[in-house]
Amino acid sequence: MCLAVPMKVIEINGDMAVVESSGLSRKVGIMLLDKVKLNDWVLIHAGFAISKLTKKQARETLAIFEEGRFFG
Amino acid sequence: MDKILLAHGGGGSKSSELTRNVFQRFLRDPLLMEMDDAARLPGQVFTTDSFVVKPLFFPGGDIGRLAVCGTINDLAVMGAEPLYLSIAFIIEEGFPVAQLEKILVSIAKACRESGVRIVCADTKVVERGKADGIFITTAGIGRPLFKKPVLPARVRPGDAILLNGPLGLHGVSVLTARGEFGLTGKIKSDVAPLWGLIKKCRHLDIPFMRDPTRGGLAQTLNELVYKKKFGARILEDKLPIPKKVAAVCDILGFDPLHIANEGKVVMVAARRDADKALKILRGQPLGKGTRLIGEITAENPGRVTMATRAGSERIIMPPVGEILPRIC
Amino acid sequence: MAEATTLSRLAERLKNFPVSGNVKIMEVCGTHTVAIRRFGLQHLLPAGVRLVSGPGCPVCVTPDSYIDEAVALARQGVVITSFGDMLRVPGSSSSLEKERAAGADIRAVYSPLDALKIAVDCGRETVFLAVGFETTAPVIAAVAMKTLEKKIANFSLLTALRLVPPALKALTALGSAAASSRGIASDIRLSGFLLPGHVSAIIGKQAYDFLPEQRLPGVISGFSAADIITSLLLLLEMHNKGIYRIMNNYPRVVRDSGNEKSRAILAEVFEPVDAEWRGLGFIANSGLDLKPAYAALDSRHRFVIKTASASPRTDCRCGDVLRGLIDPPACPLFNKVCRPDQPLGPCMVSAEGSCSAWVTYG
Repeated sequence: MCLAVPMKVIEINGDMAVVESSGLSRKVGIMLLDKVKLNDWVLIHAGFAISKLTKKQARETLAIFEEGRFFG
Repeated sequence: MDKILLAHGGGGSKSSELTRNVFQRFLRDPLLMEMDDAARLPGQVFTTDSFVVKPLFFPGGDIGRLAVCGTINDLAVMGAEPLYLSIAFIIEEGFPVAQLEKILVSIAKACRESGVRIVCADTKVVERGKADGIFITTAGIGRPLFKKPVLPARVRPGDAILLNGPLGLHGVSVLTARGEFGLTGKIKSDVAPLWGLIKKCRHLDIPFMRDPTRGGLAQTLNELVYKKKFGARILEDKLPIPKKVAAVCDILGFDPLHIANEGKVVMVAARRDADKALKILRGQPLGKGTRLIGEITAENPGRVTMATRAGSERIIMPPVGEILPRIC
Repeated sequence: MAEATTLSRLAERLKNFPVSGNVKIMEVCGTHTVAIRRFGLQHLLPAGVRLVSGPGCPVCVTPDSYIDEAVALARQGVVITSFGDMLRVPGSSSSLEKERAAGADIRAVYSPLDALKIAVDCGRETVFLAVGFETTAPVIAAVAMKTLEKKIANFSLLTALRLVPPALKALTALGSAAASSRGIASDIRLSGFLLPGHVSAIIGKQAYDFLPEQRLPGVISGFSAADIITSLLLLLEMHNKGIYRIMNNYPRVVRDSGNEKSRAILAEVFEPVDAEWRGLGFIANSGLDLKPAYAALDSRHRFVIKTASASPRTDCRCGDVLRGLIDPPACPLFNKVCRPDQPLGPCMVSAEGSCSAWVTYG
């Protein structure tokens, strides 16, 4: 049940928002997060946004592995 | 089992179970036992189907168009030219005549498009609440036109598996049109009559065809290899899955290989005719997206396997039962 | 195209990764179980490395008695709303799917908010089967708050929420003790954990600090093939170097501190309670009950739920599968008597159960 997908906030109405991804949209609750803004990408689980996505990439790019230096 | 479950109508392994354990105990005609999409009669192919889709109208079609195309396709995948249809309506008390007329317009249009004739019909009305609006049952007669018979017994290892376009559109279209699970989005069903496309291959060696409706590609391929001496192996990176279908499946946890298609044909072509078939199909409007998605194998008889994008092999099982409430 | 190349290079790297000694990594998230088998990642493991599935599927760890309670409520004429996952789980004598065929009003929903809406629309007593881990618990807490806020009187929760860290503690403390007491070889000592990405988005990295204290590394992982492969590489590297840390390999979703607001809402509505886990027995403070202020929403207070006590199947080995002691094929019922189309135990019926994943993906 960790099924959750990233969707984009396209409308905000109090503690609910409309999120969209690939042309699909849904109303979701946003009261589990602070400061949700329009155009934020959020993780949707069971009809609620539970986390905000960042652009921060995990330290798992191939380059880091190929360098072999992932524990300083 | 003592009660019918919704899962028994899902088109997956529970449906097969109902057929084998209940229906086939009483209806045992050898032609029926072949469990093809249609029965091979002398000089003719004969099929029946019923349609209970909800909602009745969805992007790309409606229950009327679905009924005509679905029946045509059951005949077409047997290599037969669809000629005549019968159609029977069970209508719920209170159903708006204006909607019935819309459905009939759509039916007439689908027939004109494909050149089939509806030559007999029937109507019944049932009390409010007993029919979800309207149910449609059809029967169809076709004339076999393929030079070499389309017969699963002729499938051999090395044969190519072709698919004419993107997967999952009908099932996802209907689900979002219903606003099921709160998801809305306009996704067009792929419902279409396939004889015009399929007949272009009638001079080639095509041992097997089927339209992957309820239960999806996974069900169709598993039906093909069930208890046979060959298997089927598909390549994940060749499977055409549109972004919208993938998105719905990600959100709700579905497998796109289990989702119904109503304008797709899985075609197994003899190796030597595979390239020709590919070229011919790609030259047709309903076949522009045709791909070679896999092949019949001597290894893993009776199973469907897939080479994954991550470079490993996995098994594709048929869906078990209910994935979506009735869509067809 | 680039993604495919990166993926195949990562796969190659994993396959050829040199590992010291025998390594057993446990994943504790049903979604990881499925992802691993769906991508066939178990075939990419280097020599000496085994991946086992732990109690990561909330449906699988729910005892039979919970389904029996839900069935009893359904038979009382209450509207039952539930995540789809629960419908086919067999209880001692029946399942919700069978009850629905017998005429009970049972509806699958995607969100507990939809369940609340059903209650408002139909006006009848409606129960939501509140099952899940820390990813789902805040969602249910939020809906509980909304229910009271809107003064909806005909909606209640039958709870079976579970917490992951206490279960992990139990698994590491169990270690060889439980294993040897059942005559199973005691080489089940785990070498590390693949940690659940979305549960971690709520509870944060610090929730797992007890693992390094036991010389166990853990990596919080996402769910793509690349995510899982890189997380496994990080775990193996830590094992080789004797480094015991918790790493966040899913920073695009998981903040190291987790989601404080969700935890606050959770704490407002729920409190920890001892709970029974299929296969693991009772674990202290591993479940969640409604706090007194929300007790009115507890289905167990609102209804008298009488369930017939039945003896559980003794040959079902879901418990051992959930503890990572055996792989599904070692269960005598696996894929013979217990199959996806006729499941006997929750590990087979849940889409995220180990047995189901094993059969479905091979």
